[in-house]
Order: sequence, then structure tokens, then C-alpha cells
Amino acid sequence: MRSRRVAALLALSLSSALVLSACGGGGGGTTGDAQGAPTISVYGTEPENALLPGNTREVGGSKILDALWSGLVDYDQQGRPQNKMAESIESTDSQNWTIRIKDGWTFHDGTPVTATSFVDAWNHVALKTNAQSSSEFFSAIAGFDQVNPDEGEPTAQAMSGLQVVDDRTFTVALTEPSPIFVNTLGDVAFYPMPESFFADPAGFEANPIGNGPFRFESRVPDQNVTVTRYEQWGGEQPVAVGGVEFRFYADSEAAYQDVVSGNLDFLESIPGSFLIDNLYQQDLADRNGNQPYAGINTMTFPVYDQRYADPQLRQAISMAVDRQAIIDNVYNGLVQPATGFIPEGVPGKVDDQCGELCEFSPERAKQQFDASGFTGPVELISNVDSAINREWMQAACVSISNTLGVPCNFVPVPTFSEFLDQRRAENLTGIFRSGWVASTPTMEYVLAPQYTTGAANNNSGYSNPRFDALVRQGSTAATPEEAHALWAEAERLLIQDMPAVAINDQSAQFGWSPRLADVELTYGRELDLEKVTVQE
Amino acid sequence: MGRYVLRRLLQLVPVFLGTTFLIYFMVWALPGDPLAGKCGDQTCPPAFVERMREEYGLDRSIVVQYLTYLGNLLRGDFGENFRGQEVATLIANAYPVTIKLAVVALVIQAIIGLTAGVLTGLRPGGFLDNVVLTATLFLVAVPVFVTGYVLQSVLGLRLGLIPPTVPADPGFVDLIVPGYVLGSLSLAYVARLTRTSIAENLRADYVRTATAKGLTRSRVVGVHLTRNSAIPVVTFLGADFGTLMGGAIVTEGIFNVRGIGGLIFGSIQRLDGVVVTGVVVLLVMIYLLANLVVDITYALLDPRIRLD
Repeated sequence: MRSRRVAALLALSLSSALVLSACGGGGGGTTGDAQGAPTISVYGTEPENALLPGNTREVGGSKILDALWSGLVDYDQQGRPQNKMAESIESTDSQNWTIRIKDGWTFHDGTPVTATSFVDAWNHVALKTNAQSSSEFFSAIAGFDQVNPDEGEPTAQAMSGLQVVDDRTFTVALTEPSPIFVNTLGDVAFYPMPESFFADPAGFEANPIGNGPFRFESRVPDQNVTVTRYEQWGGEQPVAVGGVEFRFYADSEAAYQDVVSGNLDFLESIPGSFLIDNLYQQDLADRNGNQPYAGINTMTFPVYDQRYADPQLRQAISMAVDRQAIIDNVYNGLVQPATGFIPEGVPGKVDDQCGELCEFSPERAKQQFDASGFTGPVELISNVDSAINREWMQAACVSISNTLGVPCNFVPVPTFSEFLDQRRAENLTGIFRSGWVASTPTMEYVLAPQYTTGAANNNSGYSNPRFDALVRQGSTAATPEEAHALWAEAERLLIQDMPAVAINDQSAQFGWSPRLADVELTYGRELDLEKVTVQE
Repeated sequence: MGRYVLRRLLQLVPVFLGTTFLIYFMVWALPGDPLAGKCGDQTCPPAFVERMREEYGLDRSIVVQYLTYLGNLLRGDFGENFRGQEVATLIANAYPVTIKLAVVALVIQAIIGLTAGVLTGLRPGGFLDNVVLTATLFLVAVPVFVTGYVLQSVLGLRLGLIPPTVPADPGFVDLIVPGYVLGSLSLAYVARLTRTSIAENLRADYVRTATAKGLTRSRVVGVHLTRNSAIPVVTFLGADFGTLMGGAIVTEGIFNVRGIGGLIFGSIQRLDGVVVTGVVVLLVMIYLLANLVVDITYALLDPRIRLD
């Protein structure tokens, strides 16, 4: 009697479990929406700020903005600007530019995109009292120092260098000639804004309205943002996917499992643990890619610390790092060693600028190191809460220690925010991890923010007036070719001074579900949503 | 009984003040800059930083910050995190998921654990007892993240029976595997606790009396024995439910469950004191209330226990 009842209970719970789990199967992508076109899901992280182009500088937010907006220009995979909303961007002197936009583009609320949409948006971002994180992107435009002075309140509300000519034309006057002005225009900071934004900013944040191929649909905090195809989009049709869900993950390993099983359609950064032995190439056979992007991994010296003030010592440490060993052991050969400070993929890059100074030359390194009289252990510092920072820095440490015969300690900092705090306060007393992605594809954007005197991201405290002058001359050169030559010269100077050690160029390993085809990565390391197609 | 409950409820007030202050202070004291990630890898412009610090009150002293927070909290305003999201919304989104997960875990624990415990307890030393003993030993020995990753890759990837992660708004069905992973450890304890308790009470006077009265075996075991033996198990389950409500960082991470555990973990990493304090205050309240309920349940299970 008793056992029969227990058996019945067991049977009941078992069978219900089976039924329930049967319902649980499936999942995967959803279909429907914009005229039956399929919706795809893409890996994302929670945006750090409200979805505003002028106030977004991190990847979680900009990925979504790039779907919602189209800029004047777009970068091809080689980082060259291609007209998108712009019909023409012309100048005779590289200083006074006339921008004409294409006809027939509308925002998602139906209002036309006009010259005013750009001018008002740019003025809004530049104005100091609006405290937008991208304000510096407009510093080359005449009148920027009135709307965003270093000290005190702004004396003007709009930049004098921006003038609307007619509905589709506006002019931009720069304070100095800039041969690469067009190359900067693809950044999210330069996206246009509809009138409704200026009328009701708070309402706009909750429901952003752009001019891109997809319009905003919904946002659930810590879960996802969904967008659907905008049928009246002015860009190149057709766009195959009907909508995109940017699904937020706390842990990219979970996202990876989802891509393998087809539960998520795209992941642009395979987590480190699946790069080991190229495991991801087995898990995602025929649906993975490895593509360099314009980023570089470096180790920066605390030049402000007297012990590291000698360039000869800094060069010695650079030559003591066996880059190929790091690449083979940590990155499985998926990245290339750096041969200069400009990453591959940035227009104007000169190959092999560094020569022996960025190569593993143990003898010369040891000789130069001993001559410098450096005492005490070498310390390498990195935050250890993301990617494979710890692994490659430890490998570098082993290499330095073996080559130079001094102890090398790896000093972990638990979180990125602590690391930033210490970096800002110049409390880092060892060589620290750094990296740069040329999100604006110009050599200037690699050199100026990191290495010119007092620049915002110059964390080493490095300063060389000759270098500063060369970078500036390049920025105001008459042609891009002249600019590139000057910047290349600046880079050579930088290599001699070696405020940082260039380790490797970056590369993205990405994977997708069986239902996607025509998968391409954009210059900005995002899935090209305008080209991707879905097979059902 | 009424006075007892009232007294216990009043105790919540100092606990509330103490925990909110401690948690708020501890998150504030963590090293690092809470605005660090706002501009990606780059340095934010000074005007932006200044505005943010002002907006979130970071320019004021910790005591002022805490009192402002407490004032808002008493008016029912949980505040905003550094990403500009309403903390109340975050909690409202995450809590149902966590509750569902906890309930699934608890049900699995109770069904499997109690069944195994009663069956083995009635015949200690038998074959089934040895099987369960070994099985529970195994469950206790294996850490949760191993169980989690193994089940995820075997059931999710190799066999394709379940999706490897749960959807944004999961149903009970989606949570069976994560719930099992979460409950597996406690399941073993429940089984062992029940077994010991049953085995012990089997020799108790009241069981002999009940049998002597001529009651059927099923009534003796089902009503008298199991009910009495359930007391330590219910204590354990109650405490465990409180713990489960705090979320399960590891399990939620593996299966991408958007619950409370992940919310707290992420917020601590981002030094988001407002979220951490808000969630923890709720947790403390729930924990205390759950314990109160357990204490009251004692009285209902065993008429010899009186609360006053």
C-alpha cells in the first residue's frame, strides 16, 4: 500500500518533469515583426549611461546607438570614411568645410533630417553646462572655447564655426586646418538629433529617436534592448533582419554557451577560456571568425617615477619581453606582435617602425639594463577582473625576469575602478597595463590623447615638446599624406623615448549561430547589422 | 502569541537602521571610483565628472549621503543607481525571478530530500540507505559550479535537451535545472536530516503508543512519525529559503538568470551602494520574517511548544 503510493508519487513527479522539460526545449531566435523578417539576438552589456550619442563612450551603449543612428560617414573595414548620410564633405583649405547631406532621410518619428539636426546636436554636446562625455570631439571647431572654456562658465551657447546654409547644407569652420576632419565624423558623438530631443530630453532618454536602420522598441534594465527595422530608412536597402535584441549578459561565458547551442545569434568576443587550444573553433565549426581590429595592447611606464625615468632602461625592458611567446602561449597565435605604437588598420600606419626595440633581443636588453643601474624588482600591475590581462602580464613578467635576471612581480588590482583610481592619482609605482582602440581611425587619435603633454589619457606623465610639436604639425598639415608623414616621425620619436611597451595588435574572435549568414564585423568591432542575413 | 509576534516585529527597527548604515558605509568604503566605467577605457572630461558627482551626491560627506538616502527610503524611494536606473525597478524585475528560482529549488529539495530521507530512515542500514548515503556524500562533495557547468554542457550543449541559459522572463519550467543545481547541496542535507530524525523517532514512545492503539502503519508513519520528525527539517528549509532569497551568484551567473544574486554582485563591483543597500535591506527583512514564520510553524507542528 505504502510503496504503491510512493511509486505513484514518483511516477507523477517524473512524468510531469518530462512534460515540463519537453516544453522547455527549443527557444532560440524569435521570428516575426517587420513584415515577417526574422529578429536576431546579439550579445550586449548594460549601457552605462542613457542612450544619448553625445554622452556614450563605452561599448555597451555605442553598439546600440550604432543600430539606432546613421552618421555622416561610416568606416569601411580598413578604417576609411565612406559617405553615409553625407552627399559631399568638401573643403579647399582643410579648414572651412561644407557638408551637404542626402535628401529623403527621416528620423524614426517621421521628421526630416536636416542640416539643423546636426548643428543643434553638435552644439548641445559641446556646451559645457550640458556636461556631455563626448564634448572634446568638437574642440577643433571654431568657437568651442567659448561654449566649453577650461575655466568658468561658457560665454556662448553655440559654436560660431557652425553655420546652417540651407535645409541640406551647413558649413564647419575649424580653428586650424585639419586634413583628417572627415575621418573623425564617424564617431557616435557626431550623430544628428531630432527636434523632439531638445523639447523633452527626459522623454527622449526613455524612447530614443534616431535616423538609423533600426528604431527603438523597448528596454528592460539588465535584460535587453530591442529594436525593429525602420522601413523608411534612407540608407542602402535592403536590410535583411527585421529586428535585433541586444541581450545583456553578466558573464560572456553564458553567452558563449548560448551561441554554441543557437540560443543567441552573435557574440563578438569569445571569452578567454574558450580560446585555449582554439576550443571555440571546434565548438563553432564554420561559424566563427578571427579579425584584427585597430587596437593595441601596451604596458605603460610610470615615467613620473624616478626609477623609470631613463629611456635606456625602458627600451631594455621592451627588448626583454618575448612577444611571440606571449602570443603563442596566451593568445594561441591569434594576434600579431606590435611593430610600433599605431595599431594595424589605422590609415597611414607605417610598417615596422620599431625594429629591434620591439623585438625580443635578450643580450642587448640585458646589457642596456645593467648599464642603467636599475635596482629592485620590476613590478607589472593590472586589474584582473576582465579578459586575459593577468595571463599575458604574467607571461611578460616571466620573460623579463628570465632575460634580465631581476625578480619580476605581477601585482594584481582586483577591479578596474580601483586600477583607474590609482592610475589617476599616479599611485602606480610599477609598469601598468594599458591599451588603446582607435575608435576614430586616425593616427592622431592614437598619439595625441595618450602621449602628448598633459593629455587626458596620458597616464605615464610622459612629456616631450618635440613630440608634441610633431603631432600638432601633423594635425594642421595641408594634406593627409603630409600629416601621416609627420605622425610617423612622431611615432619614431616615441619609440626612442619608449614611455610604453607595445606588445601586440588586437584581434577579435567572434562566433554566430547556425541561422546567420553573411556575418561581417564592422571597423568598430560590431556585427554589421545592415549586411547580415538569416537562413530559416 | 500576538505579543510575541509584535515583539519580534519591533526588533526589526534597530536591525533595519543598523544594516542600512553598515552596508551603505561598507560599499562607500570600497576602494575605486564608482564612475569609472562611464567613459569606457578613457578618461571622462572634468565637466562630466563634476556633474555626475553632484547629481549622485558624491561631493557630500558619507553621513549626509546616508541620511539623504535613508530619508528617501522611508518615503519609499529606493533611489537611482549610477546608470540612472530606478533601483525599485531593478528589484521589481529581479525579485520574481529569484523567488521562482528559490521556490523551484526548495520544492526539489523537499520532494527528493524528504522522500529519500523517509524511505531510508524507516530501514536504516538497508540497501537503499547505503545508496542514498553514497549519493548524498557525492552531492555534498561536488561544488555548485561544477554541477552547474556539467549539467549546462551535458544537457544544454551535448544533448540539447534544454537551452544553456534561461530566458529574460523565465517560467518555472525554465528554472528546473538551475533550481536543481542550486538545491542539490541542501537536498543532501535534507535527506540526511530527515533520515536521522525518522530513525530516531521510530523508537519514540508515541510511535509505540500509536502502533499499540492499532493504527495502520501508514497512519503511524505518515501522520505521527513524519510530522514530528519534520521539525528540524522545516527549520533547515526555512533558513535555506532565506539564503536562497539572497540569490545565488554562481548559479545565476552560469545560467544567466537575472536575479537578485547577480544584481548584488554586479552592483558591488560597480560600487553602487544604493542598489546594494536597497536589496540587502529587503533581504534582511525577508530573512527575519522567514525566521519568524518558522518559529510560529514550530508551535503548529508540535502542540507542546508555546510562544509567549
